[in-house]
Amino acid sequence: MEWLEQILSSNSVFKLSTFVEYWGGLTQTVQLVFLSLVIGLLLSFPLALMRSSDNPYLSRPVWLFTYVFRGTPLIVQLYLIYYGSSFTLQDTFLWPVFKEAFYPALIAFVLNTAAYTTEILRGAIVTTPRGEIEAAKAYGMSWWKRTHRIIVPSAFRRALPAYSNEVIFMLHASAIASTVTILDLTGAAYNIYSRYYAPFEAFIFVAFVYLLISFSIIYLFKHLENKMMAHMKPAEAK
Amino acid sequence: MIEYLFDFHGYGPSIFKGAIITIEVGFLSLILALLLGLLGASAKLSNNPVSRGVGTLYTTIIRGVPDLVLMMLIYFGGQVLINNFTDWLFVQFEIDIFINIDQFVAGVIAIGFIFGAYMTETFRGAFLAVDKGQIEAGYAYGMSKWQVFTRVMFPQMMRHALPGLGNNWLVMLKTTALVSVIGLADMVRLATEASKAVHQPFKFFIPVVLVYLALTTVSEWFIKTMERRYSTGVVKG
Repeated sequence: MEWLEQILSSNSVFKLSTFVEYWGGLTQTVQLVFLSLVIGLLLSFPLALMRSSDNPYLSRPVWLFTYVFRGTPLIVQLYLIYYGSSFTLQDTFLWPVFKEAFYPALIAFVLNTAAYTTEILRGAIVTTPRGEIEAAKAYGMSWWKRTHRIIVPSAFRRALPAYSNEVIFMLHASAIASTVTILDLTGAAYNIYSRYYAPFEAFIFVAFVYLLISFSIIYLFKHLENKMMAHMKPAEAK
Repeated sequence: MIEYLFDFHGYGPSIFKGAIITIEVGFLSLILALLLGLLGASAKLSNNPVSRGVGTLYTTIIRGVPDLVLMMLIYFGGQVLINNFTDWLFVQFEIDIFINIDQFVAGVIAIGFIFGAYMTETFRGAFLAVDKGQIEAGYAYGMSKWQVFTRVMFPQMMRHALPGLGNNWLVMLKTTALVSVIGLADMVRLATEASKAVHQPFKFFIPVVLVYLALTTVSEWFIKTMERRYSTGVVKG
């Protein structure tokens, strides 16, 4: 522990209070990203099924949703929801929820990641090999049964590499939460920069934290892919 | 009603100007990113281990860190570097100047630098996709290195690179909105200010949304046209 004390006392920026602030930022970032990804993923399954349906009344509205949310910057969506809610919901019962920036940010992130994930899943769903669907039909499976037993699991496995990119993208995009007063990792870095006027220390440190999280996510997804795609690997030579 | 809808309280022209700034930042960063991408790809594909290492470091770090953090680092850090330099000038030569880092320049450099890393990966993959035999055939015809590059390598590489380039451009166009955070008066920042002043966020953000949608739609159409052009003579399965 002595070396830690030495480091902490040898410079003016990285004191204990600084690390506490970064830690608070880390928990905010992780919470925000994790919640948006989980809710967004849950939303995107039904949306992707609607989007790949032959019925235009189902697929068109979802197309419009993904078109708008993928065609505009996340920061604009965030501002629209954040400022929009503060001007319109102030006198309603929803205000206690929307008063904190966390929930408008969460809503913006959820909708954004749901839009991207829907398109990723749709791409995987429409490329499901015909034989798999025909086999399921031949077994007499109903639409619901073959969707949740055959099509969705098989599509999700194929969508995994693209989805891991979306997860990284979401982690990086979450930095803009700091622009609506949320003290996430970037917000903490900005505060530390302005307190000590030390841009390099503050931002390079936080860059490494993000880099570390990114690498861990990539590692986790590689592991998951190996596990879920085990049956696709070429047989080992004996 | 119609008059109410189009009453922008005098902010209309300034938001239009902001849209122009968005487009300017987008194009200038695109040029920088393309140059850095070509440079990075040739570094990553070269036989020199040092340049390969630098290229790998560049793409790994940039793609692992949020755009906003890099932009803040370049903007705020650049100001400190410039201040140190002017201080040094004053101490050494008694030249007293003060340079403020320009948000436009910082934004373009940051975005160009970030997307240079993504372009590097796109170009690298595209160069690798060009058939080696074609390049050898070019040399066999007695073409110089430059001729092989411009006549054989580049046109074919572009075909493989275009989908990736188009994708990068679409992402980049949306990333330009981040320059509003470091204070550049682009469309997003002006809309924020106007909606705070007039208390009508939807009135100013919905036009911004529409402009972005229009820009992405036009871009997508243009990319499709280019792809068709560079794929002449390729039979699709």
